[in-house]
Amino acid sequence: MADNILEIKNLTFSFRTYGGVVKSVRDVSFDVREGEILGIVGESGCGKSVTSQCILRLNPEPPGFFEGGSILYKGEDIVKKSDKEMRKIRGTEISFIFQDPMTSLNPTMTIGKQIEEIFVGRKGISKAEIKERTIEILKLVGINEPERRYKQYPHELSGGMKQRVMIAIALVGKPNIIIADEPTTSLDVTIEAQILDLLKDLQHKMKTSIILITHDLGVIAKMCDRVLVMYGGKVAEKGTVDEIFYETAHPYTAGLIKSIATLDTAKEHKLVPIDGTPPDLFSPPAGCPFAARCEFAMKICYERQPEEHQLSPEHMCACWLQHPYAPKVDIMKGMEQEGKA
Amino acid sequence: MTKYILKRVGISLITIFVLVTVVFFLARLMPGGPFNDPKLSETARENLSAYYGFDKPIFEQYITYLKNILSFDFGFSTKYPSRTVNDLLAGSFPYSVDLGVRALCFAISFGLVFGIISALNRGNKIDLIFVIIAVIGTSVPDFIMGAILQYFFAIEWGLLPIAEYKGFAYTILPSVGLGFYTMASVSRIMRASMLEVVQQDYIKTARSKGISRFRVTWKHQIRNAIMPVITILGPTVAAVLTGTFVIESLFAIPGMGKYYVESVQNNDYSLILGMTVFYGTFLVLCNMIVDILYGIVDPRIRIAGK
Repeated sequence: MADNILEIKNLTFSFRTYGGVVKSVRDVSFDVREGEILGIVGESGCGKSVTSQCILRLNPEPPGFFEGGSILYKGEDIVKKSDKEMRKIRGTEISFIFQDPMTSLNPTMTIGKQIEEIFVGRKGISKAEIKERTIEILKLVGINEPERRYKQYPHELSGGMKQRVMIAIALVGKPNIIIADEPTTSLDVTIEAQILDLLKDLQHKMKTSIILITHDLGVIAKMCDRVLVMYGGKVAEKGTVDEIFYETAHPYTAGLIKSIATLDTAKEHKLVPIDGTPPDLFSPPAGCPFAARCEFAMKICYERQPEEHQLSPEHMCACWLQHPYAPKVDIMKGMEQEGKA
Repeated sequence: MTKYILKRVGISLITIFVLVTVVFFLARLMPGGPFNDPKLSETARENLSAYYGFDKPIFEQYITYLKNILSFDFGFSTKYPSRTVNDLLAGSFPYSVDLGVRALCFAISFGLVFGIISALNRGNKIDLIFVIIAVIGTSVPDFIMGAILQYFFAIEWGLLPIAEYKGFAYTILPSVGLGFYTMASVSRIMRASMLEVVQQDYIKTARSKGISRFRVTWKHQIRNAIMPVITILGPTVAAVLTGTFVIESLFAIPGMGKYYVESVQNNDYSLILGMTVFYGTFLVLCNMIVDILYGIVDPRIRIAGK
């Protein structure tokens, strides 16, 4: 097993707002290994974006602040770093691909300049070399006529091309970790497939680790080695892709899987949505955040936080159903036997 | 880009032509004429009309006028018979423009800086101070602002000369008085725009690249935030230049404002036309420059004009 490159321990991050303190990320722990793709899945507002932005300290601070925990990168705690120290990590050690390429590029700066900006203020590289590397990276991410694109502005490019440029920006500093926050959500399905293939291909070539954030289990299945399922600011379940899909242990994960439509889903077969809405993180529930929506919820689920149960070396599930005294239930019930993943 | 500029120039020329036509006929529609002095005899009046060509059919006068202004000849003033409109303009315009430009320079530079400082210190005391300045500036009219400046800086503290226009120290109070409103509005717009841009995704992208905070603010935030300010610059130039009249009389500056008002009172056709066309052309020119500037700053507009 490869070494851990990033270790996140008991991370808790909150925002002070007019309405009170929002506990966006609560006691989240996971690690990222060299050369793997780790998926983080969950619905809107579950804290996946905030968690990932904590790693690069991109959340606005204030109003955001760390309540506890640590993020260890190369043995140093990112939580304790100053903005100046963070600048050395951003772009060249860890880089970020944002969700919406339409709004994530500066409209008044050429593509080439935006990529080259990574090298601003870094020593030991000449202007000619920088340009050479920029053109090279544009070619690598599959942009035709890189010399011409270099001088173009974002509005002259299509959405897919812009996302390729974003990937180029993330790659050009040769980072060890790339965080991709829903990189394909705003793209159409064919472009999505191209971008995902590109990411996977580049990850193979460059041996970087990728943290892929998505709400699409299909993307997870296609791309990832390991998966982290988040709910209500906490980790609900984590494990390898196979464990998550075939040995599903958490009712929330089961709910996500049950609500996927596939090509062979029968016409009369009803998809099962998860009823209800995510918890209010201003005052998180005392018990399991998912209890209110969980069809298997027991009394204890509302009263106490579930313990973390290690089901295999990789597979962890935070659910009272894993407790030895809990009733044995089939959380995948309602799913037709169609052999789907 | 060349095509974009040519298009702007074309539109500006048409605007000026329409302006000349409308003002020409509007001036003639006013009751009375340039020679209404009851002391003038009927013959004298007819002779004067013939001398200035006002007895010819109006359309013929219009054609002659168009021909004349093509060679920048605005004719003779009827109030000051010995002087051409060009003379009057040449004598007064430099003062007005000098004052206007100084006021604009003050307004834009201070407005931008105040807006930026205000936005970067959002919510704290520094921000509050600049917001208060901006509110005062946009709500106090320029003749009161001018008088207040005169009272404190010239009378109470004796720091600066109270009126006239004879050197740099003399220009400070009228420029500030004239430019204060614009300074305040530029500062408000810049502040709002900065705060909007800072929430844009591309600012986060810029931060994720590990570049310095200064560079993020300078290259990404300010560059994009400045757009709305450039947009209001055209009308702003108009506001500053038309505002000169009050400030000119307050500070006894021999600018265009005086002639402008007099010409309308006296039905001085050639002077009304000369002033308006000159003024109008100047404003159209300012707007055109702003349009072109906009094209330079925002690449998207350049393309649209191709």
